[in-house]
Amino acid sequence: MTRDCQSMAAGPHHKHHRPDKGDFMIEAKGLTKRYGDTLAVNDLSFQVRPGTVTGFLGPNGAGKSTTMRMILGLDKPTRGTATVKGKHYHELKQPLRTVGALLEARWVHPNRSARSHLTWLAKANGIPKRRVDEVLDIVGLTSVANKRAGGYSLGMSQRLGIAGALLGDPEILMFDEPVNGLDPEGILWMRKFMHRLADEGRTVFVSSHLLSEMSLTANELVVIGKGELVAQRSTADFVARATEQAVRVRSPQLALLKDVIAGEGGTVRDEDDGIVVSGMDSESVGELAAKHSIVLHELSPQLGSLEQAFMSLTGDAVEYATQ
Amino acid sequence: MTLLAVERIKLFTTRSPWWCAAVALAIVIGFAALITGTAPSDFPVTVRTSQFGYSFGLAVIMVLAALSITTEYRFGTIKSTFLAVPNRPAVLLAKTGVVALVALVIGELAAFGALGVSTLLAPSSADIALNSAADWRQVAGVGVVYALTAAMGVAVGAMVRHSAGAISLLLIYGMVVESLVPLIPRVGEDIHKWLSFNVAEKFLSGGAAGGVADGPPLSTSTLSPGWALAYFAGVAAVLLAVAIVITRRRDA
Ligand SMILES: Nc1ncnc2c1ncn2[C@@H]1O[C@H](COP(=O)(O)OP(=O)(O)O)[C@@H](O)[C@H]1O
Ligand SMILES: [Mg+2]
Repeated sequence: MTRDCQSMAAGPHHKHHRPDKGDFMIEAKGLTKRYGDTLAVNDLSFQVRPGTVTGFLGPNGAGKSTTMRMILGLDKPTRGTATVKGKHYHELKQPLRTVGALLEARWVHPNRSARSHLTWLAKANGIPKRRVDEVLDIVGLTSVANKRAGGYSLGMSQRLGIAGALLGDPEILMFDEPVNGLDPEGILWMRKFMHRLADEGRTVFVSSHLLSEMSLTANELVVIGKGELVAQRSTADFVARATEQAVRVRSPQLALLKDVIAGEGGTVRDEDDGIVVSGMDSESVGELAAKHSIVLHELSPQLGSLEQAFMSLTGDAVEYATQ
Repeated sequence: MTLLAVERIKLFTTRSPWWCAAVALAIVIGFAALITGTAPSDFPVTVRTSQFGYSFGLAVIMVLAALSITTEYRFGTIKSTFLAVPNRPAVLLAKTGVVALVALVIGELAAFGALGVSTLLAPSSADIALNSAADWRQVAGVGVVYALTAAMGVAVGAMVRHSAGAISLLLIYGMVVESLVPLIPRVGEDIHKWLSFNVAEKFLSGGAAGGVADGPPLSTSTLSPGWALAYFAGVAAVLLAVAIVITRRRDA
C-alpha cells in the first residue's frame, strides 16, 4: 500500500501545534438527550484532551452515536452543552477545517461520484479543489473517483467518508464505530490509519462497543453505559482495574478473615482450600489482613477477560463482533 | 454566493433535475404542438391556448423542487450538508434560490418554446403574436410562477422530509384540492378565490375573457395581476419561513 507513505497533511509545512493541556478539544457538560420516553444520554460530562486518541466505549444503545451527533450540532441536547475547542459546533467558521467526522458511511447520494461529493463539501468550506484529489489518494479511491457512490462496497463508502473527514485537514477527527461491518483487512487498515492520525498530532475521538478494539487504538477512554458516564481514564489504567474481578486468598485464619472482609462490604465465596473475594481489590484485602494481623498464604488477583469485565462494568449485554 | 455554488453542484450532480427539466419541457411544448397541430381551421388559436400544458409542467416543477431536499433526507446527505454548513436557514435559502432559478429557466424555455411551436403549426389566420402586456405576462409569467412554486416545493419537502409524502401533498393540493374547494356549499367559492394556484392563474391570464375552448378555466381571483403575483409570492415566503423555523428546531 503505497498510500501509507504519504502525509495526510495539506502541505509540507503544515503542523498541528498542541494547545495547552487546559484547552479541551471536545467537552461535554451535563449532556442530556431524551427521545420521547427514551433517555438516550443522561447528564454526561467528559473531556477529550488534545493530541490523544480517546476511545468512546459503551455497549450498543449506550448513547455513543447520540452524543456524537450532539457534539456535531446535528441533534439538539435536551439539556447541557457540548463544545469543540470551547465553541458550539455551529459557531465554528468553516467547521470542516476544525473537525472531520465520519458517523455513517452512507451519507452520500448514490448517484453522485466520490469526486462530486467531495467537491461540494470542499466548496462549502473554502477548501482548494486540489485537496479533493489529495484525500482521494490518501484513502485509495482515486481510480473509482468518478464512479457513482451507490456502487461502492461498504469499505469503499467508509473510505469516502474518511476522505470527507480529512478534507479540511482538521485537528480533530471523530469516528463512530469505524470498524463495524468491515472485513479483517479493512479493520487493519482502520487501525493503522488511526495510529497515523495520532502520530500527526491530531486529536481522535472514536467510538466502539468493543473494549478489545479500543485497547488497540485508544490511549484514553470515556466509558458509558445506559447514557451515563462509567469511567474516564487512561486505557491502561482502565484495563488493569476492569480486569481485576476477584482476589483469591488462602489463610490459616479463614473464619476471622471472612468476618472482617464482610465487615468492609466485600463478598466471599469458598473455593477449594481458600476463598474468593469480590468487590475489593487485592491491595485492600492485603491491608485489611495486616491491620487485623491475619496470616495470608496466598493473595492473588484473578484476571477476567476484557469483554467480561467491560460487561460487568457497563451492566449491559455487549455484542461481540464476529471476528 | 458560495452556498449557491454548493447547492448548484449538489443539484446538477444527480440525475433527477435533468429528468424533470426534460419532462417539463416535453410536456409543455408537446401539448402546444398537439393542440395547435390538430386544431380545426376554425379553432381560435391564441397565445393562451399555446400555454395549455402549463399546469402539467407545474406538477413536474413541484416534484423537482421537493426531491431536491427530500433526497437529502433519504440518503442522509442532509447531515453531511449541516456538518459542512451548520447555518440551516442559509442552506435552505440557498437551495431554494438555486431550485427557483432552475424552475424559472425551465418555465421560460417551456413557455416560449410552446409559443414558438404554436406559431409554426397554427393556421396563418391565428392571432398568436405577443401584442400586449397581458400577452407577455401570459408567456413570460410562466417561469415566474414556476420559480415561486419551486420555493413552495422546497419548503414542503423540508417540512415533510419524505419524497412520497411531500410530492403527494403538493400534487394533491395543487391538482385536486384547489379545484374541489368551490364545491363546498356557500363558502367554497369565496375560499377558492384566495387559493394560491387560482391566484397565480390570475397573474398569468389577467382579466382576459375567453371561451371554454380557450384552455384552462380562468381564475376567480378578484386581485389585480400585480397583486396576485405578490400574494402568490407571499404564500411561498410564508411556507419557506415555516420550513426554516421547523428545520432549525428539530434534529437533523
Ligand atoms: N433518533 C432517535 N429517536 C429515538 N430514539 C433514538 C434515536 N437515536 C437513538 N435513540 C435511542 O437512544 C439510545 C441510544 O442510542 P445510540 O446513541 O444510537 O447508542 P449507541 O450509538 O451507543 O449504540 C437507544 O436506546 C436508541 O434506541
Ligand atoms: Mg451507535
